[in-house]
Amino acid sequence: MAMRRYSAFAIAKEAMSYHLGWERAWGSPAPKKKYDVIIVGAGGHGLATAYYLGKNYGITNVAIIEKGWLGGGNTGRNTTIIRSNYLQDPSAAIYEKARSLYETMSQDLNYNVMFSPRGLLMLGQTEHEVRGYKRTVYANNLQGVATEWISPAKVKELVPIINIDGPRYPVLGALYQARGGTARHDAVAWGYARACSAMGMDVIQQCEVTGVRTQGGKVVGVDTTKGAIDCDKLGMVVAGHASVLAEQAGFRLPIESLALQAMVSEPIKPCMDVVVMANTVHGYMSQSDKGEMVIGGGTDGYNNYTQRGSFHHIEETVRALIETFPMISRLKQLRQWGGIVDMTGDRSPILSKTPVEGIFVNCGWGTGGFKAIPGSGWAMAELMARGHSPLTEEFSMYRFREGKFIDESVAAGVAH
Amino acid sequence: MLTLECPYCGVKAEETELQAGGEAHLKRYGPGSSDDEFESYLFMRKNPKGVHFERWRHAYGCGKWFLAARCTATLEVFGTYSAQTKEPPADLQAKIKAKRPNWEGYK
Ligand SMILES: Cc1cc2nc3c(=O)[nH]c(=O)nc-3n(C[C@H](O)[C@H](O)[C@H](O)COP(=O)(O)OP(=O)(O)OC[C@H]3O[C@@H](n4cnc5c(N)ncnc54)[C@H](O)[C@@H]3O)c2cc1C
Ligand SMILES: [Zn+2]
Repeated sequence: MAMRRYSAFAIAKEAMSYHLGWERAWGSPAPKKKYDVIIVGAGGHGLATAYYLGKNYGITNVAIIEKGWLGGGNTGRNTTIIRSNYLQDPSAAIYEKARSLYETMSQDLNYNVMFSPRGLLMLGQTEHEVRGYKRTVYANNLQGVATEWISPAKVKELVPIINIDGPRYPVLGALYQARGGTARHDAVAWGYARACSAMGMDVIQQCEVTGVRTQGGKVVGVDTTKGAIDCDKLGMVVAGHASVLAEQAGFRLPIESLALQAMVSEPIKPCMDVVVMANTVHGYMSQSDKGEMVIGGGTDGYNNYTQRGSFHHIEETVRALIETFPMISRLKQLRQWGGIVDMTGDRSPILSKTPVEGIFVNCGWGTGGFKAIPGSGWAMAELMARGHSPLTEEFSMYRFREGKFIDESVAAGVAH
Repeated sequence: MLTLECPYCGVKAEETELQAGGEAHLKRYGPGSSDDEFESYLFMRKNPKGVHFERWRHAYGCGKWFLAARCTATLEVFGTYSAQTKEPPADLQAKIKAKRPNWEGYK
């Protein structure tokens, strides 16, 4: 599908003709018999993988197959926090790659993803947390990721609505990433889908992959609710459903699927122009452009595929945040929702070859993969096109057997 | 709200009284086992969309561990049973099979 560029000029032109000339942003084709590459899952990671397969490697005979609607999984359900202040070097490499690609994503895709590097604070509220975050700052400085440790006074200056005096957990300082922030999650999925469609790729929605066909240990295609489709290579990028897809292909993954919830309040006047995460009390908050306070917390404790979470977790999150932000105690909550997140033992993702030749898997982003979408797509495309990528090397699914964990349980201490 | 009946004290406990403990009936492997077995014991988890057997602790009740059969696709609870069992009791398996004819059975 040829893509007409969006621009100020295009808007002015359309304004003269009642905005009747806007075209569909992406096609809605029936599946072909065969593709070079099939990506299962039209979330951010699947779409970004397809985009960079085309853009960086010229591979455009690609289908992205989605059982629901594109971006309807976790990509359209997250709280949009973007940051790269992780501890371990392999994480810093892929998350910072992603963050830097977010800086120019709107221009690259010709689609406004509303990237807003407004600054992000992770509060230190216990001595241990302070020590942990200072360590992260030192690590980030060595990795070339710009973060700093700031004082309680500076926190109060950046976040006037915060209560830094406790009672239970006074704010002792914060890990601050000035270029962290948020972006519009749907726009990221839509922007990639439009760009993929423009390169001639097929985004096929309402089509569930129900089986994976292999021959002699090699992938040959998939069965779907719209019939069988052949392929040379298959990318499984289905987040919470990673174990289900892996089982169809005959292998297992070190993943458990849990519900993670978030909520937004009624819209109020601008009161907080940074993102604040309070990991000790387990909650985080930012304000959307519409004025809603966007709030998230931790996952439920048990396996769940229903996209519904437990009420007491919401209560816990809100209770925690009211202590740190007393003024939100009178806010009405507008909406609450859940997504199914794919958790690994070391809280780091899996970007990997698999026991089946031609099948690659990208999952395990758990509670924090929105921020990683462009970097993950970039790396996954390289892995699928060339068989290896410096960015994915350490994220193999076999690292658990070897004991080579990428331990991010501190950096990912709360869901985000 | 998830409610599980504790097989020890008989209390119908709601979620906030309970602590989830992950997959049930894990087979422990130690020194002398293969890499495969050890990796699978430590990290690989059954993560089915459907019938799942789990460990739960009646944390704010009698404090004991017990086991439960649940559906992760609907949150339906099939039953709970004592932790001192090597695999799900036959009557519970039959009950699940009656409700989920496509279930392949306990593996
Ligand atoms: C409440 C919540 C808050 C979050 N907050 C943040 C945050 O602030 N910052 C952050 O960085 N991350 C956050 N995350 C995590 C982030 O949303 C995810 O890590 C990320 O969106 C995963 O993207 P994905 O493309 O891998 O998966 P998804 O967007 O879930 O895409 C996978 C797609 O695969 C499809 N699929 C599954 N099975 C099949 C099949 N058999 N056939 C065809 N299609 C299939 C699904 O329908 C789905 O659309 C949050 C998540 C949740 C739930
Ligand atoms: Zn009990």
